Amino acid sequence: MGEARGQGPELLDLTAQEIASRVRTGEVTAAETVDLALARIAELEPRVGALLRPGQLDDAARRSAEAIDARRERGESLGPLAGVPVVVKDNLSIEGQPLTCASRILDGYVAPYDATAIARLRAADAVIVGQSNMDEFAMGSSCENSAVQQTRNPWDPERVAGGSSGGSAAAVAAGEVPLALGSDTGGSVRQPAALCGVVGFKPSYGRISRYGLVAFASSLDQIGPIARSVPEAALLYESLAGSDPRDATCSERPVEGLGESAADDGGRAAPPTLEGLRIGRLREIDSSGLEDEVAAQWQSTLRQLSACGAELVDVSVPSLPAAVAVYYVIANSEASANLARYDGVRYGRRVAGGGSLRELNRRSRSEGFGPEVKRRIMLGTFALSSGYYDAYYGRAVGVARAMSEQFESAFSQVDLVVTPTSPSVAFRLGERVEDPLAMYLSDVFTTPANLCGLPALSVPCGLGGSSGLPLALQLLGPRWADREVLRAGAAFESASGWNRRVAPGAAAREESSSAS
Amino acid sequence: MTLRPEEIRRVAELARLELSPEEEARYGAQLARVVEYIDQLSGYEPSRHPREEALVEQPDEVQPSLPLERFLDNAPERLDRFLVVPQVKKVDGG
Repeated sequence: MGEARGQGPELLDLTAQEIASRVRTGEVTAAETVDLALARIAELEPRVGALLRPGQLDDAARRSAEAIDARRERGESLGPLAGVPVVVKDNLSIEGQPLTCASRILDGYVAPYDATAIARLRAADAVIVGQSNMDEFAMGSSCENSAVQQTRNPWDPERVAGGSSGGSAAAVAAGEVPLALGSDTGGSVRQPAALCGVVGFKPSYGRISRYGLVAFASSLDQIGPIARSVPEAALLYESLAGSDPRDATCSERPVEGLGESAADDGGRAAPPTLEGLRIGRLREIDSSGLEDEVAAQWQSTLRQLSACGAELVDVSVPSLPAAVAVYYVIANSEASANLARYDGVRYGRRVAGGGSLRELNRRSRSEGFGPEVKRRIMLGTFALSSGYYDAYYGRAVGVARAMSEQFESAFSQVDLVVTPTSPSVAFRLGERVEDPLAMYLSDVFTTPANLCGLPALSVPCGLGGSSGLPLALQLLGPRWADREVLRAGAAFESASGWNRRVAPGAAAREESSSAS
Repeated sequence: MTLRPEEIRRVAELARLELSPEEEARYGAQLARVVEYIDQLSGYEPSRHPREEALVEQPDEVQPSLPLERFLDNAPERLDRFLVVPQVKKVDGG
């Protein structure tokens, strides 16, 4: 990272703030920036597989970039993401473009309108350059449930990029784009960010409108940014958050981030610090459930937080060990209802045959959905079915409520809570495919934030001693304390010296591009 | 808890899924393991009251909605302004 940089592909290695600032002043054009991103994507995609239908958005992206440049030339002021290339998960509607959720059942579907998050990206003058791979309908932790392709971890191509927003995380980690959007129902932004060595943020439930996001579990879903640093994630968050008449769960509270979307850096508040913060360490975290190198790094991360001036306090959320069970009941119950709309009648794939409507529904769904989606619909249908409702759904709802109260009580003693993001580093492709439960258990630290509506940020904290793969910590705050979570994450990031480290795959790319 | 094959078939019918015998066996075993795991919730009290969310209200005014044509563009089969499905109602009182 230290060598001198020209105005070549290295422009893309600048922060989103720096890119936007250069586009606003005219030092570079949005068109040049977007062309560099498209070239880098074309070069890296055969190895990474982060994007579905690569090339599909190229023309639209070039037209958007030219329109942004034309507005600047006319003297108009540009938005906080001026000319910044962005990748979005393929469960966000972009008007006139395919939207598949990496599922065969949405083959041929074209989104008839822009999601609010997409409209706000455009309003901030970002340029969407790709739609990213994911686990089918966001169900999974490795992208192995994509019906289309396998995304590889830029740190090690034999390992998963995490999921379900694995394509978005891999695209940022590989250096294809500075920013990406994912969605997080049980950790789907934070876990792939952690496994790929980038930053992932799940805002408080109700901060970013879900209008135009394909619904998975509506009481848990939240859109979130992925970036190479906390201030960049905050910039994207601030550009998207805020009330929307089209999503009644989207709050009207004023949005507070790091002030990153202010075009002028001059008036920024004091740099974030951990000094004087009380950070809670959960008694329920069982080190025996962590991989060795995660456990080792966890201890050194706690020492580092304390060396930065944070006061570590033991707090308790006794229901934490039940989080995964609660999550899988609630999320899949809601999913079984949300996915009832894919019936082969209104849109998406239809498989005819037999005579009846019921048979058309069954065949279309059975051929259109992949194995994990069917398993989860089955589980959710079971949990809501007559005779089991109280035993499963009712109890899960009761524990989720108790967990919210336990977090509230913890936050009366501390400002934030810290956990590892994932109990393991990126696992090998194929390792957990036949064991759904092992895959689910990797969500133990991420699901509570969704169940309780809390903001949660994953920040890289080092590399595994033996694997050399990225490790991450997670900071959780009280509901609506998004700003405090981002500030603490930014402070930790500055102190940690991680400094937007790139994946080795991307380093190989730098060598080859400087040689050519 | 084990899931009997009849149970799996009942749930599949409710979910409008058609499972092959091989899928029934595989999903049955995998679901049984997951259900066994979530049975740890049996120590907790059921509740019908999830986390309360304050919803934002809107004035009760008609807003423009998606034009019909845009919706029908994605229909697998249409006739004029309608979606086509197999006959639902039996003709001869049967």
